[in-house]
Amino acid sequence: MRIPVSWLAEHLELSEETSAETLAEAFVRIGMEVEEVTHLTPITGPLVVGRVAEVEELTGFKKPVRYCRVEVGESETGEERIRGIVCGATNFSAGSLVVVALPGAVLPGDFEITERKTYGRVSEGMICSARELGIGEDHDGILVLPPGSADPGSDAGEIVGLDDSVIELSITPDRGYCFSVRGLARELSNALDVPFGDPANRSIPDDDRPSRVVRIEDETACSRFVFRRLTGVDPAAPTPWWMQRRLALAGVRSISLPVDVTNYVMLELGQPLHAWDAAKVSGDVVVRRAAAGETLTTLDDVRRELDPDDIVICDDSGPVSLAGVMGGASTEIGRDSNDVLLEAANWDAASITRTTRRHRLPSEAGKRFERGVDPAVAAVAAERAARLLVEYGEATISAGRTDVGEPIAPAPVTMPLALPDRIAGVRYERGVTVQRLTQIGCRIEVGTSADGVGVVTATPPSWRPDLSQPADLVEEVLRLEGYHTIPSVVPAAPAGDGLDAAQLRQRAVSRALAHDGYVEVLPFPFTGEETLDAFGLEDSDPRRNALRAANALEADRSLISTTLLPGLLDSLQRNLSRGRRDLALFHIGQVVLPEKEQRAVPELGVETRPSEESLAELRSAMPAQPKHVGVVLTGQRERSGWWGSGRAAGWADAVQAARLVADTVGVSLGVSAGENPPWHPGRCAELTVGGTVVGHAGELHPKVIEALELPKRTCAMELDLDALPLTESRPAPVVSSYPPVRLDLALVVDEGVPAAELAESLRTGGGGLVEEIRLFDVFTGEQLGAGKKSLAFALQLRASDRTLTQQEATEVRDAALTAANERFGATLRG
Amino acid sequence: MSGANDPYDPKEVVALAPETLQSAVDDARKAFEDAADLDELAAAKPAHLGERSPVLTARREIGALPPQAKADAGKRVNETRRVIQEEFDKRHAELQAERDERVLREETVDVTLPTDRVPSGSRHPITQLIERISDGFVAMGWQVSEGPELEAEWFNFDALNFGKDHPARTMQDTFHVAPEDSGLVLRTQTSPVQVRALLNSEPPVYRVSPGRVFRTDALDATHTPVFHQVEGLAVDEGLTMAHLKGTLDVFARSMFGPESRTRFRPSFFPFTEPSAEVDVWFPEKKGGAGWVEWGGCGMVHPNVLRASGVDHETYSGFAFGMGLERTLQFRNGIPDMRDMVEGDVRFTEAFGIEY
Repeated sequence: MRIPVSWLAEHLELSEETSAETLAEAFVRIGMEVEEVTHLTPITGPLVVGRVAEVEELTGFKKPVRYCRVEVGESETGEERIRGIVCGATNFSAGSLVVVALPGAVLPGDFEITERKTYGRVSEGMICSARELGIGEDHDGILVLPPGSADPGSDAGEIVGLDDSVIELSITPDRGYCFSVRGLARELSNALDVPFGDPANRSIPDDDRPSRVVRIEDETACSRFVFRRLTGVDPAAPTPWWMQRRLALAGVRSISLPVDVTNYVMLELGQPLHAWDAAKVSGDVVVRRAAAGETLTTLDDVRRELDPDDIVICDDSGPVSLAGVMGGASTEIGRDSNDVLLEAANWDAASITRTTRRHRLPSEAGKRFERGVDPAVAAVAAERAARLLVEYGEATISAGRTDVGEPIAPAPVTMPLALPDRIAGVRYERGVTVQRLTQIGCRIEVGTSADGVGVVTATPPSWRPDLSQPADLVEEVLRLEGYHTIPSVVPAAPAGDGLDAAQLRQRAVSRALAHDGYVEVLPFPFTGEETLDAFGLEDSDPRRNALRAANALEADRSLISTTLLPGLLDSLQRNLSRGRRDLALFHIGQVVLPEKEQRAVPELGVETRPSEESLAELRSAMPAQPKHVGVVLTGQRERSGWWGSGRAAGWADAVQAARLVADTVGVSLGVSAGENPPWHPGRCAELTVGGTVVGHAGELHPKVIEALELPKRTCAMELDLDALPLTESRPAPVVSSYPPVRLDLALVVDEGVPAAELAESLRTGGGGLVEEIRLFDVFTGEQLGAGKKSLAFALQLRASDRTLTQQEATEVRDAALTAANERFGATLRG
Repeated sequence: MSGANDPYDPKEVVALAPETLQSAVDDARKAFEDAADLDELAAAKPAHLGERSPVLTARREIGALPPQAKADAGKRVNETRRVIQEEFDKRHAELQAERDERVLREETVDVTLPTDRVPSGSRHPITQLIERISDGFVAMGWQVSEGPELEAEWFNFDALNFGKDHPARTMQDTFHVAPEDSGLVLRTQTSPVQVRALLNSEPPVYRVSPGRVFRTDALDATHTPVFHQVEGLAVDEGLTMAHLKGTLDVFARSMFGPESRTRFRPSFFPFTEPSAEVDVWFPEKKGGAGWVEWGGCGMVHPNVLRASGVDHETYSGFAFGMGLERTLQFRNGIPDMRDMVEGDVRFTEAFGIEY
């Protein structure tokens, strides 16, 4: 909300030297967010009122251009001075009063006016628009002053009112009353302790006869409805300059007197008004919810399908206004409307929010109704607007006023007198609570509770529906006393347990991967069908079962990812596109895994803690969100250099990343051949812990690489970190101090035999004396025969209680061999 | 040569003659000095200290001397031998030192050659910031917890005192799970973790919750639709806004240095009352010491305590929340938010693994 300081000052007793900055600081101190303070730029040099004497249309140019003869006052010798000025605007005619910057004037933005030749004429100055003067955004035409409002030649600076500032505030949703000069001036009066004159404090004549019969059929929809009728309105009457100026500074465009007056009163009092053409309303007026299937053409000429939740104002013809949001086209004020009904009503905030959203019709009126409008001000606002129209639009107020509805007054709130002290941790002076609550308009009663505690009962004013419980009153006291009075005290929390095992695990994994050369990325969890198609996932693949964002920023990335790989590969590609070739990236993050049939999320109340059953129901409707860890690799894992050639990242690095994770957290990881897109079917390791599949690692499928335009042989690993068991304590191993026996075994087996399983058979066959088995060579060659390979293992044997004898070692070796032979037909390589 | 018991003057035996012995020493010294390396020295050794060397030849003559002459001759021969050996050892040590030095010289490498065969990795500064913040609160006895990123609207809004049709809940900020009335959203704040904490544990609760949150803002230099927050919640008997201030001052000092401090400005959040915006002042602010908007905070709204089943007459609490990208942005002077979300490794590598 933008508001000129001069307008605020009109309702406050401020000393002359109070600056806009002082007011802005006061606003901030009591909780109004100040976006900007703008000082109007004083204009130096001659800025005068001019009267357009003649207008000559210049032709032959791409846009309309006028050459005007403008009277700019008398010279020292008493002669009428006329200036020739070229102007591109068309919203004026001979006789219009305008603002002229004469050569030598400097407009905002260091724009110096000089006499210059343009469009074949000499232009001796400039006719100014509101924007050129720095008082608004309006640049559609030049500023035209109402007839008779000034004499040509008089100083325009004073009339334009350039000695002023505009404060722009962002109003928090709980302070609807601050969407008005009335509310903001009241806040300043509280902050600065200066007297405040309430612009709503106007007497209105009694008039019980209704202007028109209005029936409120839905009392939850409308708590008050006021109509005031005017006749003889001149819709073409000009808006007075002072009003135009204030509207311009507040960022509201001047349209016509009736519209300007309703906007002006809304800014002043916070009550949105709507002007109807009374002649176009037939029969009684009814306020109700729309019926299904009803339609209404609104002021913007859009025919809208109404929702049964929309509040509508109807006449005999059906809905004629979308209450509180936008008027109807059929009753709109036109050029020839002079019989006007002014509506000032109070609408249900939640309904207006829904209607605004449903029909995508944000408006100044809607913004106020959504946050709550003072119901007490409706009749005053209608009266104020009516009188402005009488004064400036030659209107006559018709007898009668409709005023129906039963506004609900805010209920009294009782709290201990010392509650603000207790919440703030401050000992306020006696009487502060009562003083501050009175200041904001509450009616106060002080008493003693049954247990002898001093209590205060505050009845909030009509404009403060937000004050509904003690905490709300506490905030008022604290903010007006100033948050700077609150001391700094560190609370003593009970001794804690530190991080839990899962948190420590995540840190360890993150560090281990970084130390191993991986760089962490934090990609967004959004992906699209196209990526999952490129991954080659079957329709039945659980990773296809992703939730979708209803309002995704990018339509092709609306899925909430079930895997980390799309995000990791996005990051990989971005880095590749920026010229990196060797990349090893990791990401630890939640994925969202909904059940096949997403269960309905139950509606829970907030009045008390929901029952355990309903909480359990809510929890069970939430999709699983395990934390995964993933890596992607491309390019060289080891660089080439003076030490020799580099080594390309390969499937083994991806598997090793998984092993690193498992080793880091002390979990034994099973690795076996797997087949799972998007991995290469022959180069995919299935990762298991205790027989449960926890992830996959290896090289990506060539088709996936082609579809996603990734470098050849790109590798990836993803595993479910949460599926790894947390090992809180671990038994210590027995470390033998006896010497080991080392022996090598080269075994010939069929090519398809997995090395890990062959090693496992040696281990189990060899028994408890086998301390370590390491595969140190893989060999294939003609001498072995087709379809055969040789795997060479180094075995280390050791006993915990003695030095092994040669015979014992031989027995172990033979047992291991036998097991390998029985299981895989392994023979010793000759 | 000579028989036993012959009258015998050792001086007359040539091999034992002092001149002979002296020349043996002189010859040996010269030969050893002439040896250019250890191999030549080894080759020269037998001629002067070997079985057939003059000094050993002389020693063998001693046996034939009369007993009274043996002692004297033996002394002189031994002395001669000791001197020769000493000459040898001296030269040997010299040559060995020379050789060692040469070998070391030959083994010299260029230590400025690159050594990054496997380049080191790094962790995202947001991750590091999260850990640092968590550690600070853990040191004060707080617990760290995380909640789900995909959240029930009840946790993200209802239980946090956002009215069903409150403007603060409007569609434009929130990613809703389709269909729009699914009751599930991507959490817009880490505050739902407050409610989860209160539902799951009895006060006193001192909990800090870092995590990822979502808003439907398009990515630009100062906005990102996916970002991180840290949420703090304390519920205990007798907690006041002064405790909130104290906690934030500690937090600010751990983030921005010992001289930093905070100030409150009244504000509005549905889940706190009273509410405040918190600004932080610190000396190293880019462009000079000054105040920066840091986050939101306040006393936990009684409605939130009610919905979580906490007796708001007995307990009070405070809560605060900060954007971590924003914190990092003004703390480390990062001009563009996009650097923190795009995952360009050049950006992340600058932060190392632990800084």
